[in-house]
Amino acid sequence: MNRQQLLDLYFLEARAKLIDLAAFLDRVERAEGEADFRLAALMDALKDLRREDGCRAENILLRLSDPTVEPIPAATTKAACGAWPGK
Amino acid sequence: MRYIEPHAHMVSRVTDDYRDMLAAGCVAVCEPAFWAGFDRSSPAGFFDYFAQLTDYEPRRAAKFGLPHYCWLCINPKESEDVTLAREVVALIPQFLGRENVLGIGEIGLNKNSRNELRVLEMHVDLAARHEQLILVHTPHLEDKHKGTRLILDVLRSDQRIRPERCIIDHVEEHTVKIVLDAGFWAGMTLYPESKCTAARAVDMIEHYGSERLWMNSACDWGVSVPLAVPYAALEMRRRGHNPDAVEQMVYRNPLIFLRQCPKFLPSYEADAKHAVA
Repeated sequence: MNRQQLLDLYFLEARAKLIDLAAFLDRVERAEGEADFRLAALMDALKDLRREDGCRAENILLRLSDPTVEPIPAATTKAACGAWPGK
Repeated sequence: MRYIEPHAHMVSRVTDDYRDMLAAGCVAVCEPAFWAGFDRSSPAGFFDYFAQLTDYEPRRAAKFGLPHYCWLCINPKESEDVTLAREVVALIPQFLGRENVLGIGEIGLNKNSRNELRVLEMHVDLAARHEQLILVHTPHLEDKHKGTRLILDVLRSDQRIRPERCIIDHVEEHTVKIVLDAGFWAGMTLYPESKCTAARAVDMIEHYGSERLWMNSACDWGVSVPLAVPYAALEMRRRGHNPDAVEQMVYRNPLIFLRQCPKFLPSYEADAKHAVA
């Protein structure tokens, strides 16, 4: 498909997701209390949206990933939270 | 359209889902062993689960004319207890001869811990000793990239393991290439909130080609869509892929991989076999 066809197919969906993200950030900003590493990771990942190398999705996923290589001593939880806390 | 659902946790779905999948063109469903949402308290709990996967669930699917296959293991979420895992792994061989068992899965890692790795190695050894296919679960979200690399290291370090007989599931844009480059099959899981959307799955097909790739719903008791594979087929059509390319992804590719287990038979072939008999 060419760029025009892809825009026809996906633009409105992407626009809606972008506004949803903006509204989420506004909602968090309006709320009281401290944010945590997840908000910082999300804001940091937004930088990759401006890349022009065709690897935005891959780079955002990597930016949100645990970069270490050694297994952890023990699993203390079963859940993942979507961003690496950095420790 | 006909399709194979290569990864669905039907024990946690309602019977209506079987009817809908069949109506959408499903010709076989494959169910890896997984976490029940709570930790089982003993090996006996797993024995009953394996009996459910190899006896009751195929009979429930058969009421709709749908062949049901399964994979057996103790899943990574319950692998921190190595003693329990060793006892459960010891139960598995007695089930491997059952007619709907395809292999060992979904094994892998969850939080990338040392004990999870030990239990993964136990399963890989079990699969190698019994010449079984392997289906691997990769961790969620921030743990996926690291976990996928650790899993590939384990598989590649065992000389008995042939990559073409292993599928590494739940790949995304940051893991699909390392899996395919290592010669393994890769599964893309179509989830509404995590893993990948149909549009992103089609992106990866267009980027990496369709060889050694499949798509699955991995529908379970969480937010998931049992018809995600046929919906992704529709997305491929919207993107201009022809019907043959769609069939390659949703039918022929899983068939190529799963046929490495001689027990695998999609519904129309099973019907033909019974008619001849």
